[in-house]
Amino acid sequence: MSNTDIEIVVEDPTAPEANSPQVVSVRVVDVVVSLLLLALAITLGYDNWRTGAGWESTGPQPGYFPFYLSIILGGASLYGLVAAFASRREASESFVTQAQLRRVLAVFIPTVLFVLATQFLGLYVASFLLISGFMRLVGKIALWKSLLTAFVFTAAMFVTFDVAFDVIMPKGPLEAALGR
Amino acid sequence: MEAIGLLMHGFAVLLTWKTLLLMMTGLVLGIFVGVLPGLGGPNGVAILLPLTFTMDPTSAIVMLSCIYWGALFGGAITSILFNIPGEAWSVATTFDGYPMAQQGRAAEALTAAFTSSFIGSLVAVMLITFLAPMISSFALKFGPPEFFAVYLLTFCSFVGLGREAKHKTVISMSLGLLLAGIGMDTVSGQLRMTFDSPELLRGINFLVAVIGLFGISEILLTMEERLALRGHAAGISLRVVLSVWKDLPKYWVTLVRSSFIGCWLGITPGGAIAASFMGYNLAKRFAKDQDSFGKGRIEGVFAPETAAHASGTSALLPMLALGIPGSGTAAILLGGLMVWGLNPGPLLFVEHKDFVWGLIASMYLGNVVGLVLVLTTVPIFASILRVPFAAVAPMIVVSCAIGAYAIQNAIFDIWLMLGFGVVGYVFKKIGIPLAPFTLALVLGNRAEDAFRLSMIGAGGDLKVFWSNGLVGSITTLAIVLLFWPLIDRAFGSITRMLRPAKA
Repeated sequence: MSNTDIEIVVEDPTAPEANSPQVVSVRVVDVVVSLLLLALAITLGYDNWRTGAGWESTGPQPGYFPFYLSIILGGASLYGLVAAFASRREASESFVTQAQLRRVLAVFIPTVLFVLATQFLGLYVASFLLISGFMRLVGKIALWKSLLTAFVFTAAMFVTFDVAFDVIMPKGPLEAALGR
Repeated sequence: MEAIGLLMHGFAVLLTWKTLLLMMTGLVLGIFVGVLPGLGGPNGVAILLPLTFTMDPTSAIVMLSCIYWGALFGGAITSILFNIPGEAWSVATTFDGYPMAQQGRAAEALTAAFTSSFIGSLVAVMLITFLAPMISSFALKFGPPEFFAVYLLTFCSFVGLGREAKHKTVISMSLGLLLAGIGMDTVSGQLRMTFDSPELLRGINFLVAVIGLFGISEILLTMEERLALRGHAAGISLRVVLSVWKDLPKYWVTLVRSSFIGCWLGITPGGAIAASFMGYNLAKRFAKDQDSFGKGRIEGVFAPETAAHASGTSALLPMLALGIPGSGTAAILLGGLMVWGLNPGPLLFVEHKDFVWGLIASMYLGNVVGLVLVLTTVPIFASILRVPFAAVAPMIVVSCAIGAYAIQNAIFDIWLMLGFGVVGYVFKKIGIPLAPFTLALVLGNRAEDAFRLSMIGAGGDLKVFWSNGLVGSITTLAIVLLFWPLIDRAFGSITRMLRPAKA
């Protein structure tokens, strides 16, 4: 092997700017999450109490273990709620900036659409659409490269899972038309 | 020694072309995952797990553990060449590794990192080889109360010894245990927490949650960062490798110390990150010229890498011997065992000898093959970083979806995975640790069963957890660890009160 150095430079043209204003502070998110967890703890706790959280002649009822866990979860989230309100550090810390949120949504929304599309078009068609669309629209990569990569990847997945390993994925009209 | 004979048998199981090929594939995939930004050991194993569903358990675990070794090696590549730690435990490697690369000694630093990871894991695997059978045969005598006490000990040590805010660890753990309980109750057959939803009848699958928590959420987190990078990839020549290896004996104290720290912290849950920093700091403290650390000193690469890999590997010891994973990745491997129909725990050593010793032998072999592979192919892997993230991200999303669907053939699981992705993203940003959640989710049902069986056996008397010396001391230790921060503080103030009296 030669000793020559290979320089690697990767640019990120759509990187989030560093000085973007924050959307929400860590404290607010922490409070909201604590409230949600508290609500979850109460719901689950109630459901388990209804199932039966006491003792039978043979031992604890099915709801016993989760009921007490709900109480622990509830207690910890209550504590978290108070701690989040009291924390100065969390108030000053940014949870996400506008630029960051935009980038996160740029990957999250296509993912949601992809899962939706999987239900109707099958996984393989949906994955072709996701990869080519994402590369072209978000990554600003040349159309032919996007389409080729998406096709190669999807085909490779199909061969690996459907043909070689017999793991069956959801399929749609295209696969039906091709008789698979 | 019986262990050596069984180990040889394990090698015999492995040495077929098919297994060796799987091993290479696993290593290459693992290095790939380790080099890619935002993905590391647990994520890689979680995403690639579905590939193994149709294999026999031995091939599957060999491939998965090789993915894991590969990811560990891959993490070192990015830490040294680009100053981007692939995982939290590679952070300490960047302190001296990156300066070395800047001085044009990248090849040396990489060789040091790979060699020391190799040594660290080797020591840990040897520990597993000799200790795991002993612990498991000891654990065969365990009844439900002892098992519950051990589970309790695991959970309590996460709360008491973890670095995160205590209430956040408690939240993460109780949430995981609760979600594990959703669906059919295994003891009475009654439905719990399903709210009459047919989808929740199946319960929340551990692997679906893990793929979401580690795969999808990592993508979201990575997108927030600036993904530009700049660095040099150097080819490693045989001459450099030999010269580094020739100097190796000089650093034996560092290597032994770091291996020891790593093994110790790896067996206790959640230790790999702490191990790498501790290894680095101790090497620095004992060095004669401490100032040269952080400026490209080869010991600064040896120390954290050895410790991190020793702990990453020894985390598999409690998983194999007791069925209790010592790290997030071990928890995922444990989830894999269950998918392949194996029941993790001490019985594994009795009922599935081929499997266990095949796995242990694969750790030896995987490390050797991995070392050779990374030393020869570094430049190729470093150039993977040129692939734009906009191409990698959707592919990972697709792989995650395939994985989540393949487990139970349910579209609902893909949505669930997406939900867990968001949960993981938010939890990570507000400091709720994910490892206890993963552990609780995978151990939840077994912990509850152990608790209920011991309660049934004892007629509902909690004293059963102190009924004999063994279970009593484990339970007591668990409670001590749970309140360790308080006890530690109390001791501190007592000694402070006593000191002026003495003086």
